[in-house]
Amino acid sequence: MTDVLNPPGSADAKTSVPLKPLGKVLAVTSGKGGVGKTFVSANLAAALAKRGLRVLVLDADLGLANLDVVLNLYPKTTLHDVFTGKAKLEDAIIRAPGGFSVLLAGSGMVEYSRLTPEVRDDFLRIMNGLVPHYDIVILDTGAGISDVVLFAVSLASEVIVVATPEPTSLTDAYATIKVLVGQQKRQTIRMVINQTARQGDGRAITVQLQQVLDRFVTTDPARPVKLVHMIDIPADPAVRQAIMRRQLLMVATPGCPAAMAVSQLAAKIEDTVIPRR
Amino acid sequence: MAAPTPSNLVDLQQLQLDDARALLGRELTLTLPPPEESSTAYLQSVIDGLCELSLKDPLTGLSNRRHFRSVLDRSIDVVARSGEPALLLMLDIDHFKKVNDTYGHQAGDQVLQAVAQCLAKCVRPVDTVARYGGEEFAVILPNCLTAFGETVAERIRQTIQDMPIQISPGVSIHVTVSVGGAYAPEWVRSTAALWTERADVQLYRAKSEGRNRVFLDQQQEIYVSAEEKNLLFGHLALGDPAWIESVSGEVPSAPAHGSMHRVN
Repeated sequence: MTDVLNPPGSADAKTSVPLKPLGKVLAVTSGKGGVGKTFVSANLAAALAKRGLRVLVLDADLGLANLDVVLNLYPKTTLHDVFTGKAKLEDAIIRAPGGFSVLLAGSGMVEYSRLTPEVRDDFLRIMNGLVPHYDIVILDTGAGISDVVLFAVSLASEVIVVATPEPTSLTDAYATIKVLVGQQKRQTIRMVINQTARQGDGRAITVQLQQVLDRFVTTDPARPVKLVHMIDIPADPAVRQAIMRRQLLMVATPGCPAAMAVSQLAAKIEDTVIPRR
Repeated sequence: MAAPTPSNLVDLQQLQLDDARALLGRELTLTLPPPEESSTAYLQSVIDGLCELSLKDPLTGLSNRRHFRSVLDRSIDVVARSGEPALLLMLDIDHFKKVNDTYGHQAGDQVLQAVAQCLAKCVRPVDTVARYGGEEFAVILPNCLTAFGETVAERIRQTIQDMPIQISPGVSIHVTVSVGGAYAPEWVRSTAALWTERADVQLYRAKSEGRNRVFLDQQQEIYVSAEEKNLLFGHLALGDPAWIESVSGEVPSAPAHGSMHRVN
């Protein structure tokens, strides 16, 4: 854990300074809660692992972690212990049932729900320790656009925004995209539309968001912002069943429509996001 | 709870209930059921009465600090899970010491009671008004939209400023309050201490910038204008069936959204 690069000089927690994003880090965010962020993070990790990649999911929802609930894991050592120096980073990494590694936030991270310089530095230190060991690190962020969420996203080279076709979700997704474009100068944001009623809805939604963005947000034609539609995950009763059983969809019913969509998403991610080895 | 106890196992004669009875008789207009009918029902009423007493501020009848803390903790959990905005206001009567020094402590008590009653009238039944200590009050407003926070706080300030408080025959005075407020961070687990601290900072600002004013600590909110929303959802009005179906949720195979909420 001595391979700390350069902790950010700015100790001002108020501004979300875009740091140099780390390679191979993918942030999953949404704006609105309850649209399937954690579901996407965990199942995408399983699908990528199945393709032979070394994957780690970090529960970056410091305030309200629930990746442990989704994966039905009861970790003894968590990110909290690493933050407080009670445990080494490698001791907090556990294997999830889908063949990937996880680093769970654990409860007791309440004091980290505010982005202080210490939290930033700890987080950076941990990320720098993790990234060299995996083909891809997925950050499952919290809902909303708190400074912790924005900071976690700022560490990622790629960002996926998960939304559902509901107006509330789209409004929050749009608000999040606005911030990512305005504060972090992101030019590519990948869209995953969850719980779609029919094939093609997701693409239509992405096009719609792109139009509003072009008209209201993107002021500099030299710096266009592109929303890349990645996949529609169809509304599928199997998802609910897997969640109720606390199983990964990719493990429980890998052949169901939603799982097939997640597999396709993994293939696309591997092609476009992960640097050629 | 353990298995229900047959009521004959509770012997009221052996319990020291005199102090409790005296407390309840003095503080509450509570008629206890006759002990000879059911000692369990009688005891339950005594316990309920004591619980109620232990959550109240004796002078003003508002929630006391203990009750305030438990409501605050609960509100934080709700906001973290639901994202419904909740507002905490901290209020302090301006120059209260001067009231005590000039008119005496009894007048001070009357001012506290008048402000307490006024506060309770200014807010909704779901809101919790508490005496935080001394001349400081706190109000927890669950599910209070960020657009309304300023309005509510300002209404409280104005109403108290306009209210004459009679402290003796023919003598009425006016007091003002400084108000600081903060919204609980949505979707983030926070602590009651962090939340009150943020509201306190704003109260301090209100005091130091001249008193009798309101300052709210707003969470970072990204404003999405009506125009933007219209462009986002305008086509819905055009009656595109695919869209209407996908946003109205009338899809037979769609999982209930409630189920997804557990997992995100």
